[in-house]
Amino acid sequence: MLAFLLRRVIQAAAVLAVVGLIAFAMFRFAGDPVNQIVGPDTTVAERSQIRTDLGLDDPVLVQFVRYAGNVVRGQFGISYQFRQPVSQLLAERMPATLELAFCATVFALVVGILMGVYCALRRDSWIAGLFQAVSLIGISLPTFLIGILLIYLFSVTLGGLPSYGRGDTVRLGWWTTGFLTASGLKALILPSVTLGLFQMTLIMRLVRAEMLEVLRTDYIRFARARGLTTRAVHLRHALKNTLVPVITIAGLQLGSVIAFSIITETVFQWPGMGLLFVQAVQNVDIPIMSAYLLLVALIFVTINLVVDILYTVVDPRLRLSTGRAA
Amino acid sequence: MVRSLLTPRWTPPGLPAGGAFTVSEIRLSRSALKTLARGVSAAAVATLAFALPAQAANVFRFAFQGDLKSLDPYSLKESFTEGMQQAAYESLVTLDKNLKFAPGLAESWETPEPTRWRFHLRKNVTFHDGTPFTADDLLFSAQRVRASGSNFTTNVPADAEFVKVDDFTVDMVLKKPNPIAIAQFPTWVIMSKTWSEKNNVVQPTPPSATSPSYATLHENGTGPFVITEHQPGVKTVFKKFPGYWGKVESNLDEAVLTTIANPATRVAALLSGEVDWIDPVPLQDQQRVNASGTATVMAGPELRTIFLGMDQDRDELKDSSVKGKNPFKDIKVREAFYLAIDEDTIAKRVMRGQAVPSALMIAPALYDRGAEFKRPATDLKKAKELMAQAGYPDGFSLTMDCPNDRYVNDEAICQAVVSMLARINVKVNLNAQPKAKYFAKVLAPAYDTSFYLLGWTPSSLDSHNILYEIVGCRKPGDKSGRGSWNLAGYCDPKIDEIADKVESETDKAKRDALIKDGFDVLNTDWGYIPLHQQALAWGVSKKVHLTQRADNLLLLYWVSKDPQ
Amino acid sequence: MSGYDLDAGDAPPVPLPEAKPSRLARWRDSDLLANFLRSKTAVAALIATVLMVALAFAAPLVAPQNPYDPAQLDLINSNLPPIWQADGQAPYYLGTDDQGRDVLSAVLYGLRLSLIVGGLGVLTSGILGIALGLIAGYAGGFLDTLIMRVADVQLTFPAILIALVVDGVAKASFGSALDVGPLIGLIVVSIGLSFWVQYARTVRSSVMVEKGKDYVQAARLIGLSPPVIMVRHVLPNVTGPVFVIATINLALAIITEATLSFLGTGLPETMPSLGTLIRTGNRFLFSGEWWIVAFPGLALAGLVIAINLLGDWLRDALNPKLQ
Repeated sequence: MLAFLLRRVIQAAAVLAVVGLIAFAMFRFAGDPVNQIVGPDTTVAERSQIRTDLGLDDPVLVQFVRYAGNVVRGQFGISYQFRQPVSQLLAERMPATLELAFCATVFALVVGILMGVYCALRRDSWIAGLFQAVSLIGISLPTFLIGILLIYLFSVTLGGLPSYGRGDTVRLGWWTTGFLTASGLKALILPSVTLGLFQMTLIMRLVRAEMLEVLRTDYIRFARARGLTTRAVHLRHALKNTLVPVITIAGLQLGSVIAFSIITETVFQWPGMGLLFVQAVQNVDIPIMSAYLLLVALIFVTINLVVDILYTVVDPRLRLSTGRAA
Repeated sequence: MVRSLLTPRWTPPGLPAGGAFTVSEIRLSRSALKTLARGVSAAAVATLAFALPAQAANVFRFAFQGDLKSLDPYSLKESFTEGMQQAAYESLVTLDKNLKFAPGLAESWETPEPTRWRFHLRKNVTFHDGTPFTADDLLFSAQRVRASGSNFTTNVPADAEFVKVDDFTVDMVLKKPNPIAIAQFPTWVIMSKTWSEKNNVVQPTPPSATSPSYATLHENGTGPFVITEHQPGVKTVFKKFPGYWGKVESNLDEAVLTTIANPATRVAALLSGEVDWIDPVPLQDQQRVNASGTATVMAGPELRTIFLGMDQDRDELKDSSVKGKNPFKDIKVREAFYLAIDEDTIAKRVMRGQAVPSALMIAPALYDRGAEFKRPATDLKKAKELMAQAGYPDGFSLTMDCPNDRYVNDEAICQAVVSMLARINVKVNLNAQPKAKYFAKVLAPAYDTSFYLLGWTPSSLDSHNILYEIVGCRKPGDKSGRGSWNLAGYCDPKIDEIADKVESETDKAKRDALIKDGFDVLNTDWGYIPLHQQALAWGVSKKVHLTQRADNLLLLYWVSKDPQ
Repeated sequence: MSGYDLDAGDAPPVPLPEAKPSRLARWRDSDLLANFLRSKTAVAALIATVLMVALAFAAPLVAPQNPYDPAQLDLINSNLPPIWQADGQAPYYLGTDDQGRDVLSAVLYGLRLSLIVGGLGVLTSGILGIALGLIAGYAGGFLDTLIMRVADVQLTFPAILIALVVDGVAKASFGSALDVGPLIGLIVVSIGLSFWVQYARTVRSSVMVEKGKDYVQAARLIGLSPPVIMVRHVLPNVTGPVFVIATINLALAIITEATLSFLGTGLPETMPSLGTLIRTGNRFLFSGEWWIVAFPGLALAGLVIAINLLGDWLRDALNPKLQ
């Protein structure tokens, strides 16, 4: 068990190292940062001076070694555009992204499960058909278009819900939260729905499929035969069996929700890490871009590791297998 | 709703203003009132906890497409940043609403001799930290602005020496006469010497800084607003400075800047009343904003000229079907391109009337004789003939570089140019990119472009800048800055000669005549294709009253908002 | 855990193949066909898909204008509303955009381009994923671990990030003026690189189940080489699930292409795909020129929904537990 754990941790570290290398390598091609740092009136001589000062003229290997050394010490450098430590910028933006990801996931889980259960139990009703159709729209239109349509409908036409930002936030230590103010909660609604719609569809379909399968299994038939009410059968037995894979998927999806919040945050000007990343891409702010990628990779690898370990705990047979718990 | 309940001016819906309702009406619904009271007190607690500070004040909320990147006033030359910094910092000489010089921290100035400028400084001015402003701060700022790492080194003549006469009189001594020596003083703001020394920011924050500088996130100016909170890329909060020396036109207590990059979201925020000002309003949304009843578009011609450049430097164009020679070296091809592009239709359709076609590389507002130039009319027939004469009756192909997030409808303009050139059989591959990638490709040292679109506002607001930086001959290894933005490599030594004369000519009429000669040479050469001056388009709530200047700076001290 | 995919639009697992040696056989014995004809939705979805694909590929014949030819665009005809509105003009039945591009023609050509990009992307990811999945599942051991770790790394990079990498690398190496052909190639590679994991995981888990089965042991005993066993015996057993994933990924790939163009790395505005049309059109959402975004949006949604419905039906039909 310990050997297994150790091996997985080493693998996770290797994954991070590879991501670091890729993150560093890719951004050597993402445009010239000097043009973003200075204004258009800067002379050629000043530009090349900055280039030298930033070490952009050094050989790639030298640049990477310097970069890796700093990352290990927790230094992601100074953002080219904001002239602030990247770690500080990311820490400032992280609560916004995590709160958004959390709300989107809760939305996806609650609505997705309810709709999924309904669709499975009333398989042929027109409401089930409607749910299926609505959920299809959720994955048929690009996220950015859905976001803009929601803004158009709920902010401009109907009014009431904010079109951008987090509203008023409250600072708790280093964390800022939008959960404690009315405007903060209101501001969460549209972005959460936009971001969660895709996961909601996913969960709804998963629940429906799982429920349909479970409902056919013998033990549900036995439960029915034992004379339990339909509702008890459905909720206590069928749904409970369905929830394990659903929660697993939702947990694993959290990492990609955070990564995919890039687009939602861009549309709603949500001051999170994704927006910071997009701004960094547009402004060729290499330190922010690589730190963000590493952070997303870290979150993802951690979730994967935890899931793997949990599975091993749950299912002893897997302890012997060398591969992932597949 | 919660806020309005607590505001004294609020009138219950359905009742006449002034609260003229009777006691019996109140008695009628005591239980309802109780509920209301409970609600109000709960709301009041919530409001007190989170929203009260903002509510009492007259707050102006505004959104810009980009960020306020650094508070260090010498670190980024970019017009929006300059405007924001001028709310907190002040310059020696400022510009009034008509872009004419006006006294700032210098009450007055004179030139006792052509090489000596004397500035009389304003007394009783204090910085936001309470220290008084004196000649030492000016001397310090003159040094700091020209130090390495400053993005504003050219704002103060390099040869200028500042001499303290007394605490409130300073002389600027030049090596040779220079009529436009103070042309860029309005964007050079004055910093405090003691504050800079105390916080270790004597040197400007260099763009390549590896550790954060105090001045990047904090300010200490003499201006009418104090920046109390600055989260780069998220929001910046300005508050009225109670110790300001002068009278301020603005009635704001507070101003909150947010970045909203997505155009649709920005417009939505204005339409829904979440913000009072946005910049820019996309052209296509201007009608919608004007029709909203709550906001209007303030549009006026900007000083920026949008133009096309044609590579006349290389012996063979990059990415072109013509091999072994450069078609743009043939004046007939340049003229044909000029005549084939129907700028009037671009201005009318792509720019929806929000652009002024231009015959010059400088805005008419910046050159008194600009009106004497007329743009040649579009002439497709002649253009085709010229192409045939030049030996390209079947046209040729080339690549055009275009930014897609820099100027108003930049990519759409380029697309229209592509269609128009297709009519003289020139096949243009459009390479439209975000500005980061675009500038990396086309700017020095690569100058990697055959045909491109660029916009330019002369930072000195003067024609010499155009004749020198955009049109002047660019030579490899030349560090003077001449031709540094001449991406096309256009070169006519006559213009360089004229530009040198313009620089030291002090007689305005003679100077204007020289400038005209320069632009005439350029236009006869068909050296560049000026397109238009784009319009400024601010979206402004009807509750807000402000001044829009042609340099597109939003200056908070001219912004007022009707109290709630 | 097996069969659940992390980035899937549609994680519901396709159950592992049962003991029956070949699922292809099930296609032939027309169970599926009968089932198909019973499902009205499936028939409607198929008709819609075929119709759209046919129209898309016949675009040069049916479209009033070639929207990719700049000489055919005239600014004078820009921003015309659809024909049934006051200022509408024939032949611009669905109106024109800000460049004078006919929206109907642009939708047809864009549909074709999106289908090509999406189709090639799915093909690339499918081949890559199946190959890696077969190798990982069959070989096991170090190779398996390596491939699955690479899959983990890949999952941290959404398609949009991969596209930025590929786009940046390519533009740095070949110069930034790329023709549309290579640009399509770039997007296809980006999609291929981001979607292969699902196939690989599905195929791998199927292979791990299959390879213990008697018939595989038998095949090995009679001396068939591993590649032959894999391709001839194991692969047919996973075609069902792979086909379902491919259908749903086609829809996802088309949307990914649209999102890429929103972030500025998609196809150029002079040669718009459906995604590019929506991206440019969404600027006109507030200004009343709704047709510029609405018709491409409807076309995209219609296509994706039809493909998804087909995928759904296919999955349910192939799932023996639901029959």
